[in-house]
Amino acid sequence: MIAEVALPFVGKRAVTRRLLSNRSASAAIALLFAIVIPCVGAPLFAPADPRAQPNPVELKNQPPSASYPFGTDQASRDVLSRVLYGGRVSLAVAFIATLVSITLGTAYGAIAGFAGGVVEAVMMRILDTLLSIPRLLLLIAIFAAWRGLNVAGFVLIVGLTGWYGLSRVVRGQVLAIKGEEFVVAARALGASRARILLKHILPNILTPVIVAASLGVGHVILLEAGLSYLGIGVQPPDPSWGSIIQDGSDQIAGAWWVSFFPGMAIVLTVMAVNVLGDALREALQPRHMGTE
Amino acid sequence: MAGYLLRRLAQVAVVVALVATIAFVLIHLAEGDPFSDTLENPNVTEEIRAQLRATYGLDRPLPEQFARYVASVFRGDFGWSFSRQRPVIDVLRDALPNTLLLMSIALAVSFALGIALAIAQAGRPNSLTDRIISGISLFFFSVPEFWLATMVIALLPYRYPGIFPIGGIVDPTTHADLSRGGQLLDLAKHTILPAATLTLLFSAVVARYQRAALLDVLPADYVRTARAKGVSERSIVRRHALRNALLPVITLFGLAFPALLTGAVFIEKVFGWPGMGLVIVSSIDSRDYALLMAAIIIGSVLVAIGSLLADLLYRVADPRIRDDR
Repeated sequence: MIAEVALPFVGKRAVTRRLLSNRSASAAIALLFAIVIPCVGAPLFAPADPRAQPNPVELKNQPPSASYPFGTDQASRDVLSRVLYGGRVSLAVAFIATLVSITLGTAYGAIAGFAGGVVEAVMMRILDTLLSIPRLLLLIAIFAAWRGLNVAGFVLIVGLTGWYGLSRVVRGQVLAIKGEEFVVAARALGASRARILLKHILPNILTPVIVAASLGVGHVILLEAGLSYLGIGVQPPDPSWGSIIQDGSDQIAGAWWVSFFPGMAIVLTVMAVNVLGDALREALQPRHMGTE
Repeated sequence: MAGYLLRRLAQVAVVVALVATIAFVLIHLAEGDPFSDTLENPNVTEEIRAQLRATYGLDRPLPEQFARYVASVFRGDFGWSFSRQRPVIDVLRDALPNTLLLMSIALAVSFALGIALAIAQAGRPNSLTDRIISGISLFFFSVPEFWLATMVIALLPYRYPGIFPIGGIVDPTTHADLSRGGQLLDLAKHTILPAATLTLLFSAVVARYQRAALLDVLPADYVRTARAKGVSERSIVRRHALRNALLPVITLFGLAFPALLTGAVFIEKVFGWPGMGLVIVSSIDSRDYALLMAAIIIGSVLVAIGSLLADLLYRVADPRIRDDR
């Protein structure tokens, strides 16, 4: 259903120009930089060690102030530093898991669409089944059972369960592009199947992949936060945005700031990648141009 | 149609069986069982533990355990909940209606609210109203469910405890003594915040989706024709575009079940709402695997039924896809 038509070729420069002329997209990009850079460079930017407990008696649950911009938690740890280090974990988890998902999704969809026939039919039937498995419930079952799992295992499993939707879209695109003249021409010139797939088809189906990557990062950030909140996400002592919110949720009446700031970091990041995803879709596939 | 229905029902069965198998295998391959963790009492010797495992069949080989489990599930017996000391089926029977209550309120209100917002937006795309509503729905679309619920609690019940109870479904101390009307009012007071939170989250999904669907339809030829005839822009959106843009609403209906169930898991935990979500969360904490398995199976049945209903509605509503592929 989602855009199963061939897309017009759009030059890279035109895309960049269209993206930057979109004010909300520029704002989203700026916001992402403003969040990602301090988080990735947390050791440089964080005012304190995220695990240091300077004075668990006198400095616990301090409200936001000049010395503790985001306040301190019940163990007197600096919430700002924890949010920055936590962002490192949350963002890395989201980026890598999404990378796994889009690689798998693109490969599976492209192979199914390109192969055709029985192979395609079987592959799509398997995909239909996978698509109807509720992802959160499956992840809860997996992580509840395998509690000692390290971050790498967590990322891999999240990535392995997130590629089905993209596969379906990619396969639609491949089907549409397979019959285009430039593909027929390449085949007539004797190009191998692998060459046609990699050199001629893949570059032309990048639109849904890029859009899915952007939206996928937002989705995984929310998923990781939720699982960490349930106590089965990224395990302590590494804080993640979700586990910091969990830390603060017991005493939300007294020390709201412990949960508030990591939550805002999540909301802003996810809003930014969602805006960016929508804008990318518009820029790469100028469907509504006539109406705007 | 009958053939299609049968095929889809078979698919539902396959999906549920797949989820159940994966969950069973993972849970039973994992280290630890209900007796290694919850009974950390030094008086419980290794012999007693072994005896308990034998009583509950946990010492048998995995395939045998699975076969026994499947057989008993088909008899309607989901096993024994260790943490609640009751049959699992009784726990589910208590919890499922509470979750369905929350989900159906959220489903009904968010479809009405989301579609109304989308109509207001699509009538004048890129206007100030459109941008403001888009911004607000983007926020609720991007917010973690449990965080929103936590903030709602911090903002309202802690400040106005007389008006908003902090959690639960009824007041445990006074509820039994209230009159029938009083009991309903008590239930309503406890329902309003969790239901409203879930509704806000899902309305944003509906509004975003429906706005895009309307804008997709508006450049169509029949809209141009209507415009040329002099039909007002309002009436174009409401009478001409909306009908055609309602098809995606059905798709959304299919998506609603997993989304609402996911939302319910977190919202129930935060508000202490005694539904399926809370059952899932507490069974994770107590390693009550029989309960967790059953809750996951029921959850995937709910989701599968939702998507089946959506598919059927789609075929009824859109003659173009009625032919079997």
